[in-house]
Amino acid sequence: MSSASERSSFLIGAGAPLTLRGVRKSFGAKTILKDVDLHVAAGQYLAIIGRSGCGKSTLLRLIAGLDEPSAGKIEVAGASEGRASHTRIMFQEPRLLPWARVDGNVAIGLGPAADHAQALNRSRDALATVGLVDRAGEWPSVLSGGQKQRVALARALVSAPRILALDEPLGALDALTRIEMQRLLEQVWMSNGFTAILVTHDVTEAVALADRIVLIDHGAIAADIPVALPRPRQRGSTDFAHVEATILERLLTPIN
Amino acid sequence: MPAIILLAWQASASLGWMSDTVMPSPYAVAAAAWRLTLSGELPQNLGVSALRALAGLAVGGAIGLTLGLLNGLSRLSFSVTDTSVQMIRNVPHLALIPLVIVWFGIDEGAKLFIVALGVFFPIYVNTLHGVRSVDSQLIEMAGSYGFRGWLLFRRVILPGALPSIFVGLRFALGVMWLTLIFAETIAAQSGIGYMAMQAREFMQTDVIVLSILLYALLGKGADSLVKALERWRLAWHPAFQAQR
Repeated sequence: MSSASERSSFLIGAGAPLTLRGVRKSFGAKTILKDVDLHVAAGQYLAIIGRSGCGKSTLLRLIAGLDEPSAGKIEVAGASEGRASHTRIMFQEPRLLPWARVDGNVAIGLGPAADHAQALNRSRDALATVGLVDRAGEWPSVLSGGQKQRVALARALVSAPRILALDEPLGALDALTRIEMQRLLEQVWMSNGFTAILVTHDVTEAVALADRIVLIDHGAIAADIPVALPRPRQRGSTDFAHVEATILERLLTPIN
Repeated sequence: MPAIILLAWQASASLGWMSDTVMPSPYAVAAAAWRLTLSGELPQNLGVSALRALAGLAVGGAIGLTLGLLNGLSRLSFSVTDTSVQMIRNVPHLALIPLVIVWFGIDEGAKLFIVALGVFFPIYVNTLHGVRSVDSQLIEMAGSYGFRGWLLFRRVILPGALPSIFVGLRFALGVMWLTLIFAETIAAQSGIGYMAMQAREFMQTDVIVLSILLYALLGKGADSLVKALERWRLAWHPAFQAQR
């Protein structure tokens, strides 16, 4: 076994299956999500796409345990209790603490109870998987946008989550950094085996990364499309373009 | 810059442009400092003033910091106390001196009270503002990793509020010296302000100027101390990284 795979082996937490049954979310009189049923197999890479305000981010916040559903059940590995401890979320913004060094920020991912010295060690391992171990002692303010988001990824991965929720984490990055980050996300997903739930409005990104794409419209699942392209995916290929065109078509067609 | 001013000052005194009774030469001021140091008067008054300033800052600062944090974190505490605090804040605290003299006489309690009251407000207002302006996205992030209560406060809220608290502290230091000078010149039997008022009785302008200079030095010293503290505790802040 090479030293690189040994280093990352601690991060492997087998993916957990995720089940939503009749999940509804309302704020006051406004219903954002209407009775969503969804099953995601362990280790699957699911992309959730939809127009702005369709409820996709709300759905992800429910999955990550940041909000509670108004009705219905969310089960991780068959249990609705303690789902937040299996799930980590990566936000659109890096949300790094400016007053903690890079390794200290990653150590946040292990929670408040972690032993300090051990936490810093594991942080360095997680930083190695995102290629930033040599920046461990820096302040976040000197990093670029892409680097900050990689630190946020290391923070999400350090506790070996069984589900990783991604809320448009690449939305604020420039085109090149974005493609680099997509490759990194695919790579860590393949080596760690967690279940990935990616919310995005970028169809190309969804087709490049996901096993399956769920389309949300007006708070309900409007389409559920498997993506059977082999990995690594060639963005320029005809198959890729075909899947992309099909999904765009569905997005642009208003339902009834 | 201070050196040039000092030279011009000495020159104008030596050349007789300014009378000694109006403005003594720097040499005369230095001589007065030396004389008073030897007699023990200067160290004693300096010590008394510094102690009053620090005690007032400690008491007023501690109350301001505590109430600021409390009101920043708790809606209930804020709605109960903030209106009253803002009303009292709009009364110039020096206007209370006559009342304070009636309450405490002219002993140490009066000075302590008035300095503490003066430093309380800038620290309170800035601490409250600091706690309120901590990025709610960071709080949500830390919450999603299980940080709650004291740990959330220590890792996220307090460090986030710290730059603002330091601004409050620097304002408070200015208020602290101002209040102390005022209190010491009208109601005291020791301290630098008292020393200056005594000297006025005997037209000792050199001692008066010395007192003023001492306040300037003390104020500058306190400010430098806070600056050093900021550089140490806010090393993460881009504003301090640029300076290095």
